[in-house]
Amino acid sequence: MNRMQKKAVTLSTAAALLLGAGVAQAQELTVTSWGGVLQDAQRKFYFEPYTAESGVKVIEDTWSGGFGTIEAMVTAGNPKWDVVQVEADEHALGCADGMFEKIDWAKIGDKEAFIPGTADDCGVGAVVWSVILAYDGNVLKDHEPKGWADFWDVKTFPGKRAMRRNPKNMLEFALMADGVPATEVYEVLAAPGGVDRAFAKLDELKPDLVWYDSGAQMLQLLVSGEVVMVAGFDGRVNNYNKTEGGNLKLVWPGSIYATDFWVVLKGAQHVSEAMDFLAVASRPENMAKLPTMAPFGLPQKAAADMVPDEYKAVLPTAPANLEGAIPVDVEFWLDNNEELTQRFNAWIGQ
Amino acid sequence: MSARTRRRLLARGALLSPLVLFLFFFFFVPLFNVMRSAIYDPVIARAFPVLSRSVEGWDRAGPPTPDMQEALIADLRGTTPEVLGDAVRRLNGMSSGFRSLMSKTTRALEAAPDPATRVDLLAVDARWGDPLRWQAIVDNLSPYTDRFLLAAFDLERDSTGAIAAMPPERAANFAYFTRTFVISALVTGLCILIGLPYAMLAASVRGRQRQLLLAAVLIPMWTSILVRASSWFILMQDQGLINGALIGSGLSEAAVPLLFTRTGVVLSMTHMLLPFMVLPVFNVLVAIPGNLMPAAAALGANPLRAFWHVLLPLAARGIVSGSLLVFMTSIGFYILPAILGGPAEQLISSLIAMYSTKAANWPMASALGLILFGITSMLYVVFGRIGTTPARRN
Amino acid sequence: MSATTSPAGTAPAHPTRPHPIIRCDRLSKSYGTVRVMENLSLDIAPGEFISLLGPSGSGKTTLLMMIAGFEEPTEGAIWLDGRRIDAVAPFRRNMGMVFQNYALFPHMTVAQNIGFPLKMRGTPRREIAGRVARALEMIELGALADRYPPQLSGGQQQRVALARALVFEPRVVLMDEPLGALDKRLREQMQLDIRDLHRRLGLTVIFVTHDQSEALTMSDRIAVFNKGRIEQIGTPDDIYDRPRTRFVAEFIGETNLLTGRISGGQLRLPDETRLALADGNGAGEGDEVVVSVRPERMRVIAPGTMPEPGANRLEGALRDVVYLGDHLRLQIDAAGQALVVKQPRAGLAPQPGARVALTFDAADTRVITS
Repeated sequence: MNRMQKKAVTLSTAAALLLGAGVAQAQELTVTSWGGVLQDAQRKFYFEPYTAESGVKVIEDTWSGGFGTIEAMVTAGNPKWDVVQVEADEHALGCADGMFEKIDWAKIGDKEAFIPGTADDCGVGAVVWSVILAYDGNVLKDHEPKGWADFWDVKTFPGKRAMRRNPKNMLEFALMADGVPATEVYEVLAAPGGVDRAFAKLDELKPDLVWYDSGAQMLQLLVSGEVVMVAGFDGRVNNYNKTEGGNLKLVWPGSIYATDFWVVLKGAQHVSEAMDFLAVASRPENMAKLPTMAPFGLPQKAAADMVPDEYKAVLPTAPANLEGAIPVDVEFWLDNNEELTQRFNAWIGQ
Repeated sequence: MSARTRRRLLARGALLSPLVLFLFFFFFVPLFNVMRSAIYDPVIARAFPVLSRSVEGWDRAGPPTPDMQEALIADLRGTTPEVLGDAVRRLNGMSSGFRSLMSKTTRALEAAPDPATRVDLLAVDARWGDPLRWQAIVDNLSPYTDRFLLAAFDLERDSTGAIAAMPPERAANFAYFTRTFVISALVTGLCILIGLPYAMLAASVRGRQRQLLLAAVLIPMWTSILVRASSWFILMQDQGLINGALIGSGLSEAAVPLLFTRTGVVLSMTHMLLPFMVLPVFNVLVAIPGNLMPAAAALGANPLRAFWHVLLPLAARGIVSGSLLVFMTSIGFYILPAILGGPAEQLISSLIAMYSTKAANWPMASALGLILFGITSMLYVVFGRIGTTPARRN
Repeated sequence: MSATTSPAGTAPAHPTRPHPIIRCDRLSKSYGTVRVMENLSLDIAPGEFISLLGPSGSGKTTLLMMIAGFEEPTEGAIWLDGRRIDAVAPFRRNMGMVFQNYALFPHMTVAQNIGFPLKMRGTPRREIAGRVARALEMIELGALADRYPPQLSGGQQQRVALARALVFEPRVVLMDEPLGALDKRLREQMQLDIRDLHRRLGLTVIFVTHDQSEALTMSDRIAVFNKGRIEQIGTPDDIYDRPRTRFVAEFIGETNLLTGRISGGQLRLPDETRLALADGNGAGEGDEVVVSVRPERMRVIAPGTMPEPGANRLEGALRDVVYLGDHLRLQIDAAGQALVVKQPRAGLAPQPGARVALTFDAADTRVITS
């Protein structure tokens, strides 16, 4: 963004701030998460306790990811969000580009209490979640899909499938369906011809694919019967089973898990409050309550251990569920995101 | 000028000023910025000021000169993470792997904080020996570029600088543009087919009946587009109301796929845009003198020919302005195709949204927006003229 | 009621006019419970110029629209040249029509407007051009062939509308108040032009107007409409000189109405003045009647002067004098009634308030029975 543009955006932000000035005077903190049951749980176990302790009101917002949104906000100055839960690659990208405030670990606690790679100067691990094959057990009763090869098998499992409208994870699944062992997926993808192979495999399934952007869409597609299988988010699926009594099934082998991070946007208005908030949100006893409401994994070992047993089994961090699952390769996606996104969009649009 | 006239002019100016200011700040300034950022992209020049002065002696094919290496190191040491981040994002978009290369290099430089220490870039990472990496930087040091405008048309400059087509696996924009226009044209055609008879009916009745007919078209406009998209989603499901009715009435044996199909998207867009066709056509029709159609009949024209030779030409102005409204609104549609369409129904605005909110590639988003703006303006000028010609005769 | 179910293909014979080109047979029209036309019959002879005259709402336009096909009679039948047409679509009736406000097509040139009925009849393009050119010549607008109607004056538009209604040589031309929008001078000119065309081309014209002088100027016959019925039908002379009803007498021109009783073949006014009549028009002794005498048939004479033998004489007071150029309009109170006299100035200079006598011939009286 050039200077003129920045000025224009700053002006409009200023106008927006003027309109909301009356509210902005009060002590408050804007936290943006991903909506749904996750944010409901975060409200109950993080936002409300934080407000009770500090008297600072939490203003909530919801998003569906997108580095551009963050970049625009930070470059314009005075971002309207203070704390945002971002995906692993957005965390790494923003960290490299200086989009986030440095985390004040003195306030938050022990960085070492977190699982390696889920805590650094740019962000604090929030949840661990998977992108995973899911289907409705009431629909596919007799013959149950076992992995990505079955996802591609439209003869045995007729019907549409839903995938997320972005290349991340979807290329990995295509390779697994093509016979690449999960542990070798990123090797193959990074090697010459690997991307072509993934796209060729996606080509096979293209007529039967439906694309979603948000988790809510993904769940609606699956439970309405519009699609028979999704490459979707484990949290939404598990929560549906719990709250709506659904019989949706997850296929853990071949799933890809990733950590979401809390970050504080550079230039945010309430950096100090944000660090206090992250301290509350990182306390093991608070964290451990999250899975009782929203089935997400936790990036702190102490917290994970405190989760009551009956809630542990469905988490992506449960040992049984980690078998055959792989972590997303953030480095690979950082280096290849633009090119693969462009190619993905070209492919999807043709 | 008398004091009174001056006061009146001042008062008029004061009344207009909110609109003028609004247009200036929220239309002309952003428009200018969009146009500018489509061709002006200084992020790389800003990140590599030293390098831009030391590329003279390089032959583009060989390894980088020692001067260039030193210049790059100086630049990496000298810029802020934000400025470098902007540049890296752009470079990584042109040539994958730049991001890890850059962070590896900056880490190596942080490990040797003394500027006097000689750092061998090729030793840090062998990729620095690849002239293509250097070309990516050097070729984009000029802030003014046609790269994004070319890319919007699936074109690029090859290594010799000549304009060439992009390889098919990266070329998507043309398909999006074509599709946008095809779907918009379909929607416009359907709106004419449905809207013209409807407007004729509404113009032919009076009083309560007319109010009811017009309200039936207008009421849906009072609902937010998101709510309507979700309603359409529910209606068009395989187990939805439409398919339920089709199967229940025996018109169809199995569910007709509507969701994520072009049919569904075109239908919902037509519904959404119908008022923009009905209202202008209706306005023109009610202004047609009531005795022209009887006159045509009295002169021997059967109803069809009277319609063709008299009503249609007289309604043409309304149809053209309605079509223009519908078409120009369609080509900007985003939410409806996103919710109801499959990947083959996504319009050009979905690409613009992707480049802006996801990829943070503002110049690319701007270039696409600029082209859309150009095409819309051209349509407006051409068809606007056709639409007003009969009026000028009167 | 449709043409296909009518018994024979021909109209029933008519006692006085054997070959009407248009025959309206006992037409009635209702809108819901409102009856706007009651049992109306009318025969129109070929080549006739007939005016339908009456105040607005009297049913004259309804009848025209029925003949054109834009209104359907609730009861009765319409015949064109022996063919029943009341269920035939307007575009098949082959009658020329000139509308109020002309109804020219604004998106067509003058030539295209005139050529339109020919085009609709599948006339070859070349022939259309020739006939349009001749029509333009007839209305003397050849130079404006490529103009659009909104660029023409009212009179020019009127002539184009006329040419368009005539170019396909229809046997019957319907005109719906075609001159209403023109100013007086132009209107009078057009009246003569239309009359002239009617004669030259041998057209049958049905002309709707609410302007009695227009009807009198142009028509062979006038049908005076009132409340959905034809009050009187006849030549202009008939209608003007021998109005059959009070309505006709008052609607056509100006008239003096004297009310009294028949007594010994004379009219006895309430003040016992007796007036000689042309004839009793069927009124019997002692009947209360109204007698119409046109103002121009009365003359003011010097008081004391005796009228010519056999002429009626009344005395009264001159209330007002209006100068109308070569004529005077005198208002006189006589025999308890307000009377109007129109006469040439001829050296007369009466002053309001003066006693005057007026006279009129018995032959100029018209007894109105109803």
